[in-house]
Amino acid sequence: MNVTIVDYNSGNISSVINSFKEAAKDKVNIEVTANLNKIKSSDKVVLPGQGSFKSCIDALNSIKGLVDTLNEFAINNKKPLLGICVGLQMFADIGYEETETKGLGWISGKISKINNQNGKFKLPHIGWNQINILKDSKILKNVENNSHMYFVHSYEFIPKDKDVISATTEYSSNIVCSVEKENIFGTQFHPEKSDKLGLQIINNFINI
Amino acid sequence: MLKNRIIPCLDVKNGRVVKGINFVDLKDAGDPVEQAKIYSDGGADEICFLDITASNENRKTIYEVVRKTSEKCFVPLTVGGGVRSVEDINKLLNCGADKVSINTAAVQNSDVIVESSKKFGSQCIVVAIDAKKNNEKWEVFTHGGRNKTGIDALDFAKKMEDCGAGELLVTSMDRDGTQVGYDIDLMSKISTIVNIPIIASGGVGNLDHLVDGIEKGKASAVLAASIFHYGKHSIKEAKEYLDSKGIPVRI
Repeated sequence: MNVTIVDYNSGNISSVINSFKEAAKDKVNIEVTANLNKIKSSDKVVLPGQGSFKSCIDALNSIKGLVDTLNEFAINNKKPLLGICVGLQMFADIGYEETETKGLGWISGKISKINNQNGKFKLPHIGWNQINILKDSKILKNVENNSHMYFVHSYEFIPKDKDVISATTEYSSNIVCSVEKENIFGTQFHPEKSDKLGLQIINNFINI
Repeated sequence: MLKNRIIPCLDVKNGRVVKGINFVDLKDAGDPVEQAKIYSDGGADEICFLDITASNENRKTIYEVVRKTSEKCFVPLTVGGGVRSVEDINKLLNCGADKVSINTAAVQNSDVIVESSKKFGSQCIVVAIDAKKNNEKWEVFTHGGRNKTGIDALDFAKKMEDCGAGELLVTSMDRDGTQVGYDIDLMSKISTIVNIPIIASGGVGNLDHLVDGIEKGKASAVLAASIFHYGKHSIKEAKEYLDSKGIPVRI
């Protein structure tokens, strides 16, 4: 099996690569590339993302044919795709970080700044927070409710259809932190930095 | 609920771990990769490497240390010391650091913070403020605490937030290595004027100091070196102690 981590200059992806290699051991081949043919032929795709919503979308668009290839992979062919942090956020229709920016539109909704309640909550939301699992999700298998995951973000995904939400976390309000829509999965937290339980989630995705 | 973080810091010199008392009298205390792994297995919320003599010496050793550590530890790794430019930040991130802490360069040229936070995201840009008390104010020092700047630490903290820093690592130069506790006044004043998280550093001698850093200093995270490093306390003990005092921690 081939799992491709999309390398589209979205910031630092070394930790994502290391964690997938650790979880995959030698059973699964982990590719790190933006090569369209390699993405097309892979079994699963990981879409990481760091920095701002706009910078990640711009980086995706700057590689010719990449968005079309990802659309074909995830929407037409319905193969498993995992978005991490801004990778998840890009599923939305629209984001408001820096400036209004169109997203991939895979899961209807928007990306808004977390309401810090007049400075009561510090931003970014950085650190370990517990996740409240709302429904079974393939990637949350063997992960107990209230497990701790590592977060770093100032913006949150607000999906229109609440049924896609598989887990939330409490910070200022209930923030969506895990989504599943058919073959499309996303985590707002960083499984690659969430120790053993994070590796469990990565392993779950690899084994879908 | 968001938990307060406990961050063991490993001072690294030429690829080996040391911890100084007031930045002198260094003792060699082991291999950083193995130490980091012990900490992450023990429940450390993040690991911090500070390349203490990086400003003056060959830095290549730290890249190898970071690379090896990031292959073994799956909690966030912050690396600081001698980070001068956007290119230095890029190199450390590529080796597997999750955040980079910047001290002297942030004072000398705040554009480094503006540019790097735009390029890599605020989440990986930590500004390290070394401050020393002078009457009722605190002055920022650079070059590992050797150089005065005349800059007010509170003003500087606010400026760094505006430049795009994601977190501030605040070290009291007066307390560092003394084991008498954090400079609570400094921590709480900075934490109150900025909206980004602060990490308290410098002076931890016992577990109550960690409690004070969070409760009185209003820090989101507490950093300590020697109390963990010489086996005085384990990370687990520290977390259980904080938990017993009603402080939210990841256990």
